[in-house]
Amino acid sequence: MSLRIVVCVKYVPDATGDRRFSEDLTTDRESVDGLLSELDEYAVEQGLQIAGEADDAEVTVLTIGPEDAGDALRKALSMGADKAVHVEDDDLHGTDALGTSLVLAKAVEKTGYDLVICGMASTDGTMGVLPAMLAERLGVPQVTLLSEVAVADGKVTGRRDGDVATEQLEASLPAVVSVTDQSGEARYPSFKGIMAAKKKPVASLDLDDLDIEADEVGLEGAWTKVDEATERPARTAGTVVKDEGEGGKQLAAFLAEQKFV
Amino acid sequence: MAEVLVYVDHVDGAVRKPTLELLTLARRLGDPVAVHLGPGADEAAKVLGEYGAVKVLAADAPEFADYLVVPKVDALQAAHEAVSPVAVLVPSSAEGKEIAARLAVRTGSGIITDAVDLVAGDDGPVATQSVFAAGYTTKSRITRGTPVITVKPNSAAPEAAPAAGAVEQLAVPFGEQATGTKVTSRTARESTGRPELTEAAIVVSGGRGVGGAESFHVIESLADSLGAAVGASRAAVDAGWYPHSSQVGQTGKSVSPQLYIAAGISGAIQHRAGMQTSKTIVAVNKDAEAPIFELVDYGVVGDLFQVVPQLTKEVRARKG
Repeated sequence: MSLRIVVCVKYVPDATGDRRFSEDLTTDRESVDGLLSELDEYAVEQGLQIAGEADDAEVTVLTIGPEDAGDALRKALSMGADKAVHVEDDDLHGTDALGTSLVLAKAVEKTGYDLVICGMASTDGTMGVLPAMLAERLGVPQVTLLSEVAVADGKVTGRRDGDVATEQLEASLPAVVSVTDQSGEARYPSFKGIMAAKKKPVASLDLDDLDIEADEVGLEGAWTKVDEATERPARTAGTVVKDEGEGGKQLAAFLAEQKFV
Repeated sequence: MAEVLVYVDHVDGAVRKPTLELLTLARRLGDPVAVHLGPGADEAAKVLGEYGAVKVLAADAPEFADYLVVPKVDALQAAHEAVSPVAVLVPSSAEGKEIAARLAVRTGSGIITDAVDLVAGDDGPVATQSVFAAGYTTKSRITRGTPVITVKPNSAAPEAAPAAGAVEQLAVPFGEQATGTKVTSRTARESTGRPELTEAAIVVSGGRGVGGAESFHVIESLADSLGAAVGASRAAVDAGWYPHSSQVGQTGKSVSPQLYIAAGISGAIQHRAGMQTSKTIVAVNKDAEAPIFELVDYGVVGDLFQVVPQLTKEVRARKG
């Protein structure tokens, strides 16, 4: 039987751009160009590698987001994923992590899966909670923050580099995996891949398709509320000196003045 | 008074500093009740009590070490049911955030991660976060359920506030998912003898300008003269010069020390995201145009192999 891999990806504002908030204090997705979150490229890469090792596998990329988020799916398809699912609904605007995990869980179940792969975090929200929430909702093992991952004989194994220890993990499929930026460089789409991606199927789902009520998601359904967002004041310009042979001593004097020494 | 659950991060009963910071913040919201899982509860309780824990709910079982994350969620949920807290605070470690995430789903509660400050508000705790690579500061609160909040290290200075800290055994019924992911082996990270990166008051980081693994001793010497932790930029880590566990930046650790010294680091957004909230920032870089100089309180344009050893020598001399 075919190994069904679903890779969850996010379309995010480019982190090198001048990211800001909209008037309703949600992430402004207009003023900065969006792209496939860099950390999700690693998830797509591992999905493709695992599929390559399997006798028979299919890689589906899944995203939630406005129309533009289709760009993230297109990128993943051009890297080599087989098909895509785009959950798009106006009522999803402002959905928080809990709501997102609900939608992802329903969409993953509807798609059918043996293995869900996520990036370690998004590059905009950076919470890093989605994979755990998704595993909780799906009721399947969480095998997360892996720097190495392999699938064989109905089991997923991997190496997790934790804060104080390195752990080897093992779980039976189906499971939710997340991979770090140490899991292996993501491939660049080839010209052939980019051309092929144009013909790959992208299914579109809305909240009705997933049996989710509008008030369970969106800004109104969010369980957290941002009351204020203030741009950080630019740091006041400090002293910059050119080393003329005494730079280290000058720096030491500064540290002493600041009572660090 | 209302009770606040504080999840204890410890190594065999040795409580890590971020937990003491959490206890300090928790006291702004109510009476801290610590949740200690694994061995060493009696040892930990002394410290936890000293920093304000009125009670320590303790549970020890092989499941906590043998399986990933979920047994700890089961335990925190059991504590949640036993106490009916007004908030649950968890250290913002990778594991802490995962525990908090699953607890939030289970208890039907909103979650805020990586808070850098926490105060009591009219509608529950108000959390300050630093977002978009520290370009913005937000204030948020949770509107549903019991607020679950993860707090970054160095968000508060731990203040002693002696309380009873009596240990009570917590009964934990493990659910079906508890044994889903087996930890088949665990290798403790080798201790460097230096402070932990995210907890350190001073961090000295090296980047591309260090030029190779064999030159990182220059960074380490400066760190040791200051009692600092050593960090590295992504460029240095990707080049294999320093371990990933020391990476500071968006895909590594996020640090907020009193003093951050960047040597040979240009200051790309990827790096700034992980260190921009440091109180005092110092940089040494040979390129006067490097973006890191836009952030510094004090910068030296020069060769780090000249400046850093001179600085190290001077620090040692001043410290006598």
